[in-house]
Amino acid sequence: MIPAPYLNRREVVTALLADRGDLLVVAGLGATAWDVASVEDHPLDFPLWGAMGGAAMVGLGLAFAQPARKVLVITGDGEMLMGMGSLATIAAQRPRNLRVVVMDNECYAETGRQRTPTACGADIAAIALACGFPHARTAWETDEIEPLRVDIHRLDDLFLAVIKVALTDDPKTLPPRDGAYLKNRMRAALLGPRAVFE
Amino acid sequence: MVSYVPDAGHVDLIKLCEADERMRAVSLTTEEEGVALAAGAYLGGKRAALLMQSSGVGNCINMLSLIKTCQLPLLTLVTMRGEFGEFNPWQIPMGQATPALLSAIGLIVYRVDAPHEVRDALEAAVSLAFGSYCGVAVLLSQRLIGAKRFVEGT
Repeated sequence: MIPAPYLNRREVVTALLADRGDLLVVAGLGATAWDVASVEDHPLDFPLWGAMGGAAMVGLGLAFAQPARKVLVITGDGEMLMGMGSLATIAAQRPRNLRVVVMDNECYAETGRQRTPTACGADIAAIALACGFPHARTAWETDEIEPLRVDIHRLDDLFLAVIKVALTDDPKTLPPRDGAYLKNRMRAALLGPRAVFE
Repeated sequence: MVSYVPDAGHVDLIKLCEADERMRAVSLTTEEEGVALAAGAYLGGKRAALLMQSSGVGNCINMLSLIKTCQLPLLTLVTMRGEFGEFNPWQIPMGQATPALLSAIGLIVYRVDAPHEVRDALEAAVSLAFGSYCGVAVLLSQRLIGAKRFVEGT
């Protein structure tokens, strides 16, 4: 295993969301939701404050409903491990507009930095490939991030990327907490008046 | 979108969904995936339903927080086990707890015991879920679908 230092998560997420265009983003609870909020509070973001293990499946539903858009799920290793079965469900469907990025700091940072199985060798990219994902990789280096950003917008296929990130004390930038607001805001941005009149 | 963890009581419905080109049938590894899928579908402007057996209800409880917190519509059809004429003792605890658990996490629960009630109950559930932005579970009772038989040697 390549030793630390790993990448800086805030720098990675800021780089991945640059020039995002009409990209739809689902963020898993905890640090990845704060990362996404630290870039900006965007109407096409749906940051989760709970529903642990569900981020990738929210992304699948959104990807089916909006086939012309790219849908990016950004979540943590703990959140993804809780929804590991969803990798098999998603691979079986193979939505070409869905991409899953796992920010892997090898711990549950939010609750006291207890180690997750990825600290002991669990390899989420390998799990995704074994589930049938057509593409999956793990990024360790800064120069792997820009090609990943390009793939998010251009690759016409399902993929997963794990990014090994360091444990850092980042300022907590909180997105709105009101779930009904977050839902209505995304629907209004996507659907216009239909969002509230159907 | 219709997602499911299969149950014998849903066999014909799953076949119909898979045969309908206007629908997308999604097989799940665990029932809570279907709750999150329905949330994502609605965010993007589509409707989803979730089919499961009562034993799957317990797998969904925390994920159902999404439905109440975000005022999302959810329609779930639950085929019941562990009640009328059940042969398998392992089905009893979850079957008996199902209505109370679904109510406790904020879903509206309809129960259907007779074939002639099914259509009305489903139409009402669809109106309620998608018209009033809430979660509705329709419990298809074991009396309605028939108790499963286990016969040795077959």
